[in-house]
Amino acid sequence: MLSRHAPLPKAVSSISARVIPSTVCAASRAASFSPSQQARGLATVQDAPPPPKRIYGGLKDQDRIFQNLYGHHGADLASAKKYGDWYKTKEILLKGHDWIISEIKASGLRGRGGAGFPSGMKWSFMNFKDWDKDNKPRYLVVNADEGEPGTCKDREIMRKDPHKLIEGCLVAGRAMNCTAAYIYIRGEFYHEATVLQRAIQEAYKDGLIGKNACGSGYDFDVFIHRGMGAYVCGEETSLIESLEGKPGKPRLKPPFPAAVGLFGCPSTVANVETIAVAPTICRRGGSWFAGFGRERNAGTKLFCISGHVNNPCTVEEEMSIPLKELIDKHCGGVRGGWDNLKAIIPGGSSTPILPKNVCDEQLMDFDALKDSQSGLGTAAVIVMDKSTDVVRAISRLSHFYRHESCGQCTPCREGSKWTEQIMKRFEKGQGREREIDMLQELTKQVEGHTICALGEAFAWPIQGLIRHFRPELEARMKDYAEKNGGAALAGGWEHNSLSQGKLIAPGQ
Amino acid sequence: MASNLAPRIFRRAFRPARITSQSQCRYFTASARMGSDALQVHRDSPENNAKIPFKFTAQNNKLIDEILKRYPPQYKKAAVMPILDLGQRQHGFTSLSVMNEVARILEMPPMRVYEVATFYTMYNRTPVGKFHLQVCTTTPCQLGGCGSDKIVKAIEGHLGISAGHTTKDGLFTYVEVECLGACVNAPMVQINDDFYEDLTPESIVSLLTALQESAKAVPPTEGGKGALTGEDPNVKSGAEVGKDSGRIYQKDGVKIPSPGPMSGRKTCENIKGLTNLTSPMWSTEVFRKDL
Repeated sequence: MLSRHAPLPKAVSSISARVIPSTVCAASRAASFSPSQQARGLATVQDAPPPPKRIYGGLKDQDRIFQNLYGHHGADLASAKKYGDWYKTKEILLKGHDWIISEIKASGLRGRGGAGFPSGMKWSFMNFKDWDKDNKPRYLVVNADEGEPGTCKDREIMRKDPHKLIEGCLVAGRAMNCTAAYIYIRGEFYHEATVLQRAIQEAYKDGLIGKNACGSGYDFDVFIHRGMGAYVCGEETSLIESLEGKPGKPRLKPPFPAAVGLFGCPSTVANVETIAVAPTICRRGGSWFAGFGRERNAGTKLFCISGHVNNPCTVEEEMSIPLKELIDKHCGGVRGGWDNLKAIIPGGSSTPILPKNVCDEQLMDFDALKDSQSGLGTAAVIVMDKSTDVVRAISRLSHFYRHESCGQCTPCREGSKWTEQIMKRFEKGQGREREIDMLQELTKQVEGHTICALGEAFAWPIQGLIRHFRPELEARMKDYAEKNGGAALAGGWEHNSLSQGKLIAPGQ
Repeated sequence: MASNLAPRIFRRAFRPARITSQSQCRYFTASARMGSDALQVHRDSPENNAKIPFKFTAQNNKLIDEILKRYPPQYKKAAVMPILDLGQRQHGFTSLSVMNEVARILEMPPMRVYEVATFYTMYNRTPVGKFHLQVCTTTPCQLGGCGSDKIVKAIEGHLGISAGHTTKDGLFTYVEVECLGACVNAPMVQINDDFYEDLTPESIVSLLTALQESAKAVPPTEGGKGALTGEDPNVKSGAEVGKDSGRIYQKDGVKIPSPGPMSGRKTCENIKGLTNLTSPMWSTEVFRKDL
């Protein structure tokens, strides 16, 4: 640390040489840089001692929010109350929106849907100046359209802990002064929607929601809306469009939903997990939640580990847990041992893939994964061992995004198809090395030029593949060339297309 | 120079003839969005045309009133998705007459309903078999467990059809779909409303056999109202999730298989035993005292 802030020895000597002879200078320099004594020639900031290194992970059962993750008890209201749900909800509601939001801010909760925006801040956007003079209804929209490949956490919450979600709607709704919550649940989750509907009816019957919710004098309704199978409806504005009974095509922002959202009213879209943890945070205190994980990445998180692990599972763990520990401890390790690992997609299909050497030391939180040029996303870890055809895996994702692109923005609609076609060829090695650069450029052209993040979502996995597995792509092309008597021309044409008389563009 | 030019002249001379003889054609096209694998446009057919009458049953009309209460009265059209789904469940698929009826009920232009019905993949605009078999083949399912490739192969071998087709007896319509959100329990299929997870080639075949048997024995049931009413005895929650799944095939008394993981695990836990949530559960004692 010292060396970074202290002036360079050369500079020191050149300054001091003017006033003192060089021998003295050398002696004084040696003295000034002795470790026992920190002499400072220039104004520098005193370094704080490095904080003690803390190992994250190893969350205790006492601190797990989703106790019913593996179905210990029923999802009915009585069991939910037995394990602490709906406890003193009235008192929380009566403390008012400022208290709830300050508690969420203190907890450092970041949105669990992928982007990781601080939830307390997002919720406070709803209480803008003079919000109470506006008599429009205000909505909380819960995003239960869980479609990201690899992710299956919200499903477990909804079918086993539905009351956590409903109470969360009430608490978060109170914080934003909403009049109603819509839970947009993906259509395939029929069982989950039924369980949730049952729980809502129980809560209504018990007076917990509806008119005078929990006896707090606050009216709040919860409705379910089922989606009908569109990945893009997981994006907040397209979710709003879909709720309004239109095709789920994302809207331009601004205006942000907090100003003009569902049915033209102020609304906020939040992930199921974010909403479901809110009541527990309020009851156990923001500082309790903030005690887990690294700074700015606080809390506990549901991780879904799928792919080539011995025992795939969904687990609630502390944020910033090392990836290796997460897999070894809860999933029985990678198939064939950690050394058999090839790559991991750390946060659902739209985050870039990480090779083994990065995974060795990787911490699972928003900032650490961002530093590794990937992202936490929804914390859906997809593990691939050495037997995996990694190009095919990413090519399949390209197919997924081509299928799910809503078709509104040209770069995404066309780009997703092109990348799918190119990836299909690369699977076989049918292409040229310079086409890898062209593909990279294509994804860069899409990124940031679409209304919603689906453009980024299909560009990133491919960029990750090129960043870390370019040699594999090139080896495949060489292999193809050997087998077919010549490298394919750009666009996938056979090497002898010209002599076959095919019309291919010049310069291939 | 001349040696360079000669072949070129030669080639030029024969070019028109060569072009016309080629079957190769390349278009400069804009790709249409293919949200579902079905055709985007409607073509009149004997089972799907505007002349076929369609009316909601009295029971469904009650449900429609229930649904309409959930949305602001001036935004009636927000109910188009649940009501189309209801129509699909009553009619078997989302035919043109279902769409027109929904448009009439919600007082919206039919085109707005068609837009919705073509955008979302869960509206089947062509008739489907009694069991709509949707196999997830996205990357996590492709990798997890034995891999969806084997499942696809087993299904194709057993049913004798490829993806996108219906069996001759009209029992199964089999399609490949994108991620269904049960990645930890990969590979999986969705049959009508139920998820069958943790599959192996053997268990999918025994599952299909059981369904074929049960289809003969059990009359078709009109289900699927649970998401609106909460009432569906087949839907399990909490500790009941995944109970009796996997134990499906009884030779004599044919039993409809219960959805869930087919490997013997209950839901999403580690199959070799719990790694967490084993100590006594907390209740209100951990909460702050100043509430």
